[in-house]
Amino acid sequence: MKIWQALKEAIASLSANRTRSFLTVLGIVIGVGAVIGVLSLGQGAEASIIGQIESIGTNVIYVFRGNTSEDVTNPNSLTTADADALANRTRAPHILNISPVLAGQSSVRFGDESTQTSIMGVVENYAEVTGIELSEGSFFTESNVTNRSSVVVLGPELAERLTGRQTELVGTTVHINNYPFRVVGVTKAKGGNQFSSPDMDAYIPITAMQLRVKRQSIPNAVDFLLIQAQDSQSIDDAMQEAKSILRSSHRLSSRQPDDFTMTNQQDVLSIANSITSILTIFLAGIAGISLLVGGIGIMNIMLVSVTERTREIGLRKALGARKFDIQLQFLTESAMLSVFGGLIGVGFGWLLGEIVGAIAANSGTPLVPQISLNSVLLATLFSLAVGIFFGWYPALRAANLEPVEALRYE
Amino acid sequence: MELTSQASRPVIDVRNLTKDYRLGEIMVPALRGIDLQIFPGEMVAIMGPSGSGKSTLMNMIGCLDSPTSGEYYLDSLLVSDLKDDELAIVRNQKIGFVFQNYNLLPRIDALENVTLPIRYSDITANMRQRAEAALQSVGLGDRIHHKPNQLSGGQQQRVAIARALVNEPAILLADEPTGNLDSQSGKEVMDLLLNLNQQENTTIVLVTHDPKVAAQAKRIVQLFDGLIKTPEEAS
Repeated sequence: MKIWQALKEAIASLSANRTRSFLTVLGIVIGVGAVIGVLSLGQGAEASIIGQIESIGTNVIYVFRGNTSEDVTNPNSLTTADADALANRTRAPHILNISPVLAGQSSVRFGDESTQTSIMGVVENYAEVTGIELSEGSFFTESNVTNRSSVVVLGPELAERLTGRQTELVGTTVHINNYPFRVVGVTKAKGGNQFSSPDMDAYIPITAMQLRVKRQSIPNAVDFLLIQAQDSQSIDDAMQEAKSILRSSHRLSSRQPDDFTMTNQQDVLSIANSITSILTIFLAGIAGISLLVGGIGIMNIMLVSVTERTREIGLRKALGARKFDIQLQFLTESAMLSVFGGLIGVGFGWLLGEIVGAIAANSGTPLVPQISLNSVLLATLFSLAVGIFFGWYPALRAANLEPVEALRYE
Repeated sequence: MELTSQASRPVIDVRNLTKDYRLGEIMVPALRGIDLQIFPGEMVAIMGPSGSGKSTLMNMIGCLDSPTSGEYYLDSLLVSDLKDDELAIVRNQKIGFVFQNYNLLPRIDALENVTLPIRYSDITANMRQRAEAALQSVGLGDRIHHKPNQLSGGQQQRVAIARALVNEPAILLADEPTGNLDSQSGKEVMDLLLNLNQQENTTIVLVTHDPKVAAQAKRIVQLFDGLIKTPEEAS
């Protein structure tokens, strides 16, 4: 018997038992749907996280205090003096901008509305380094930083929460840590994630931060430094330059390890990538278990079907069907069931991804599910494999029936 | 002697055929040494009480089962030593089966039922035309797209006969072909078989309980206790 005849017979046989066929493939539908849904959301999450990281700029280097890989006692704090030392065009030709960051939580009040949020003490070029754009007003200036001016740039979400609006705010006054600050600008919405939302931040001059919000024992200490390299190709050079400048300004001898840690966006990107792919594989694996359950369901029904159709098998053998013909017939049926379920499952998974994506978008997390052709092909081939694997034993059982016994079966 | 008048070689040539069945620990002999020759164009009825080995002999002749010992030549081919898949090809090409309960597949129409043996053969050309011709030859040319449950018992059995004939087999093996039919339909089916035998010279082996059915055959083989009774013993 030829394959297309087997396909035709399988369609006839499966559509003769529509309800049963549908119920049998539900397991595969749910399994494939779950896998496709998880994969599409995983890929969407990856794209979203990468997009956010890239929006900060891929040529940015972070410098933190301390060393995560080697034991350093009493690491020097990073200070604004370090930042000044790095701003040396002769020693560090590949460094474009430096922004020290002193961050802290504080209350922000406007009229009667008050909220707790993170205050970023930064310098004037922070906006350029991180790619922040303003929807109104302008970022504060170098003289604001030198003069310790009480000026603030608000994130749009923060502005919305405090004042109920995002425009016409320049010139108004908000109180941070009970000190009045004049609003000079509002940033454009950048979107956030579960870890941080720049749209809820307030940016003030780092000098004002030191004076009015976060007083510290080491007066010019900062939390971290952002270094912007000339371009993404010069990141490694810029890191080398920054390293040697910081080592000398921290007076480290050649035997002492660094008392600071540098990382760049590309490192962060690759870490984020590996985290999302591990999560995706893990979740898809769990979803894959339901495919296994679906396969067992198919095997079960195929065994029932073989028993029910014992006489038919006997007749077919009497008419000249060889073992291979019978096996082909039943394998075609189980494979067709499974692939059919797989295709419905792809649609179901797509729907699942869209629903979760819509929910995520409503709660402020941009997550666009992405279904790749690869995952559709993989799901279809995998369900075909499930159908053949779990249909093998029932088909073999049918093929090995003795014609005399099978014909006599009541 | 009748044998001398037969110029051709036997289409069925069974020599000292035995078949034992295992029943728990003991072996039960069902056939204890059968010798039987059937010549082309013959219509032979095999009779015998239940337990006589008549079904076993039919399964052997139909190549549905292999003998314990002895030889069976079908159309000059030694089939008693063949493997399962080789027997399937022999059944497909050389034997047409007609069963007591018709054994039509209920999901598909008469035409598709008749095409089944063609689908399992190597020559699938003109499948529909051949099946249609076979249905016409049993007088069902106007019912080719009826499903089995839309046909009467007699019509269903005629579809089964068309199916048995479609690959032009060497023998037609009918197991109680009228057993499930009322006397009118039974007579029609018997007339059809007789007609095939007389007009088309089809070799027919008929297994039956019914002496009136058997009487229409040219020769009756009586089975008793796994052995063929000679005409003298029978009378």
